[in-house]
Amino acid sequence: MIPTTYYLGLSAILFVIGVSGVLLRRNAIIVFMSIELMLNSANLVFVSYARQFGELDGQILVFFVMTVAAAEVAVGLALIVSIFRSKSTIDVDDVNMLKG
Amino acid sequence: MTGLNISEVAVFAILAIIAISAALGMLLSNNSVYSALFLVVNFGVVATFYVILGAPFIAMAQVTVYAGAIMVLFLFVIMLLGAERIQKSRHDLPWQRPMSIVLIALLLTVTFYVVVNQNDSGPLLSQNLTSYGSPSAVGQLLFQEYILPFEVTSILLLAAMIGVVVLTGVTKRRRRARRSRRL
Repeated sequence: MIPTTYYLGLSAILFVIGVSGVLLRRNAIIVFMSIELMLNSANLVFVSYARQFGELDGQILVFFVMTVAAAEVAVGLALIVSIFRSKSTIDVDDVNMLKG
Repeated sequence: MTGLNISEVAVFAILAIIAISAALGMLLSNNSVYSALFLVVNFGVVATFYVILGAPFIAMAQVTVYAGAIMVLFLFVIMLLGAERIQKSRHDLPWQRPMSIVLIALLLTVTFYVVVNQNDSGPLLSQNLTSYGSPSAVGQLLFQEYILPFEVTSILLLAAMIGVVVLTGVTKRRRRARRSRRL
């Protein structure tokens, strides 16, 4: 068996890549994909700890995280589409209508 | 940790390298369509990890929900907007990029410190390994102990669906505004 620590290290790397996508990229769709990557790495930790303790509760939590991610993506992409309709851009730096 | 099989470690290392390089490809690619496809590869590799970790039901849900539905939605929106090429963005905040690189390095250091120094290692190997993670076991737990969150999930999905229709649907007022703009 691969120790849980290896899986933790892998998902830490994936999470940091997701964080850098949110911080470095200015395309709103890429930012959303990076958020999906972060959720996915958290799911990997849930499943590996479920394996370590022999309990299924972690897998159930992954199921709920997937549902929330699906809802979040649907609403977020709808927001992006309606921003694109009114501003013709999805660059997050250009969406500053609320700025004083 | 004496039973560390060399072939298992090799499989883990190869899959981990594929997952990390797919994630980096998603991060660095200039074309959004390529980013989405790299992310599909990453989700597929993570589904393989779920199978290795004894979660075949979650792996199946990962492939259908994430790699299937969510990424098709992403590709659909990218192609609908015609935004696959990223326009060069001017930097309104010149200090934002160096500062975020510093913060990312800090986060990487802290997470690795925590991962290396955590002391519960190795699987405890549960008793009933034959039925562990099977769809029927997951379903029984889901519909007995977690029935209330499961029902709340349906409300969440309904709310998301109504929100999407309201956000993107063509209402009467919006159509009238578009017509008056054209005149």
